[in-house]
Amino acid sequence: MTETMTATMTTATTDPLLACAGLVCRFGGLVALDRVDLAVREGEIVGLIGPNGSGKTTLFNVVTGIYAADGGTIAFAGADITGARPQAVYRAGITRTFQRSRMCLPLSVFDNIMVGNHKRLDHGLVFNLLRRAAFAAELRRNWDEAAELVAVFNPQLAARLDEPAARLAMIDRRRVEICRALISRPRLLLLDEPSAGMTHEETRELMDDILVVRERMSGLTIVIIEHEMGVIERITDRCVVLNYGRKISEGKFAQIAADRQVQEAYLGVA
Amino acid sequence: MPPPALASRLPAIGCVALATVYGVAFLAAESQAAVGALLALAAAAIALAARAGLLETVRASIGANPATFDVAAVTGVLAAAAWLHHQHFAILMMTTAMLLAVAALGLTVQFGFAGVVNFAGAAFLGIGCYTAAIVTKYTALPALLTLPLGGLAAALIGSILILPVLRTRGHYAALVTIAFGILFKTFLEVNDALGGPQGMQVKPIVLLGWNLSKPIHLGTFTVSFYFSYLLLALALLALCFVLVRRLERSWIGLSLDAIRLDEVASACYGLDIARWKVLAFTLGNVLAGCAGAVYGHVLGFIAPNNFTFADSLVLVSIVLLGGIGNVWGATVAAAFVVILPEKLQIIQEYRFALYAALVILILLFRPQGLLPRPLRAYLPGWTPKSP
Repeated sequence: MTETMTATMTTATTDPLLACAGLVCRFGGLVALDRVDLAVREGEIVGLIGPNGSGKTTLFNVVTGIYAADGGTIAFAGADITGARPQAVYRAGITRTFQRSRMCLPLSVFDNIMVGNHKRLDHGLVFNLLRRAAFAAELRRNWDEAAELVAVFNPQLAARLDEPAARLAMIDRRRVEICRALISRPRLLLLDEPSAGMTHEETRELMDDILVVRERMSGLTIVIIEHEMGVIERITDRCVVLNYGRKISEGKFAQIAADRQVQEAYLGVA
Repeated sequence: MPPPALASRLPAIGCVALATVYGVAFLAAESQAAVGALLALAAAAIALAARAGLLETVRASIGANPATFDVAAVTGVLAAAAWLHHQHFAILMMTTAMLLAVAALGLTVQFGFAGVVNFAGAAFLGIGCYTAAIVTKYTALPALLTLPLGGLAAALIGSILILPVLRTRGHYAALVTIAFGILFKTFLEVNDALGGPQGMQVKPIVLLGWNLSKPIHLGTFTVSFYFSYLLLALALLALCFVLVRRLERSWIGLSLDAIRLDEVASACYGLDIARWKVLAFTLGNVLAGCAGAVYGHVLGFIAPNNFTFADSLVLVSIVLLGGIGNVWGATVAAAFVVILPEKLQIIQEYRFALYAALVILILLFRPQGLLPRPLRAYLPGWTPKSP
């Protein structure tokens, strides 16, 4: 806990970890992102909220390089990553989960987590094909690491690393997806509606897990897209509200919840 | 009581021994009635073994003792070959099956692992064959060099296809490779330097003054002139098999599976889609090219008609039949697809129709193939749970 706090405090005065300025993204005539500014400091949990189609996922897709921005800049840890390919964004230390589960279901749980560990694994032909003893050592190290990480979420899941991912229940699949995003020790984690398709109880459990993991990985910064306001209120330090691709409000949950504009656009109060 | 280590190996060894004896009997069967009876026997034996739970025992035994099984399989092939040493046709069928298995392993890397479709497998086999013909006709290079050269030529010519294959998906990628296969055959037919439609002769491999295409006489004992090629094919198959299996059981194999299953998620986790597709496509073509070079020497004479679209489909059907991505499946299915129509003369005329029907039936009723691919067992002795 103290580690996290010091990390937050030391970086609070410096540049933000992620700084998007004037981001524009168009699909034909539709402006999905309209000059969006977003600054996330190291160690923060920022909630990204807004009605369906307001550009939340598009913002993630632009930051992670799946879509190219039509304007604006993205800086991460002081480096310009505007227009970087998804692979480069990942290597820089940003990982994400997806709104709809994107797992490799025919593969094992372990394989799914290792996909996320790409940058820390040796992909050389000689290493993989000929130096099998060294490979086995790297494999065991990673197996233990994956088991340890998964156990934070669900101790029983750690014993199921060698099972097909298709066999897991929805909540465990979400957990594995988050482990896949965390195994490479990113600095910024983008969570795209982790509660989608889960019950209230499961969502609460998952959020607790996320908070525990953040305690362990000091300095981990999270941006979370979420529709459940209870979740947002409980775990975020700050919220950013989008509507029709524009940022309409920003601040602590209590502040944005009191914002007239936000209420009209999103919370359903006329 | 045998020691527990031996006891756990017995089902695996027994399975290979039975398969060897059966294979010899099948290859040596003369009458159609005998072939039919043997097929019925196999079907009944497999059904009975499945009911008695023996298949599970064998599977567990193989999973726990992979090295024993590998050695037993190679020994089995050698024993069958020794038994049938004087029967040219049986030895030729075994050799052909093993070479097509190598090409099918190449397709497994492309299609089964990386998801890159290739409906021009026979063309890459043909590139290997023609490389062997050209090298032995126009150069004085040692003939055994045709093997790596065939693989190299397949990789180089295949690189023409890399851009279109990377830029297209699904049906379009399939069409690109189909077009390439047809283009290749037409190119051979109009090219007189390559023998045109009549084809080319491939000179035999001569190794230290020993002509591989000559029968071997050991006293009064004569061995088929295909026998040396059988040994060469077996060595190539064993090498490629180990290579492909190690590839599957590595981070590379994992990356290939990941890009096949989800390109967007893979890209977000740093996987370079193009790099892995190019690697899989090229490696697959190299395997087909190497197999082709040996195949050319075995056939002795090659023509464009050996490498038609139908032949490419046979290779694809081997992969589908065996279980997409299963290395043992592809190897066993190659033997099945090569040998069965040769022995069952009733179906020989209709072999392509039969393959087509078989592929449709498999896709409809058992899309995972006869031997579904198990989860990745990174290290020998790991017994992954079935999906």
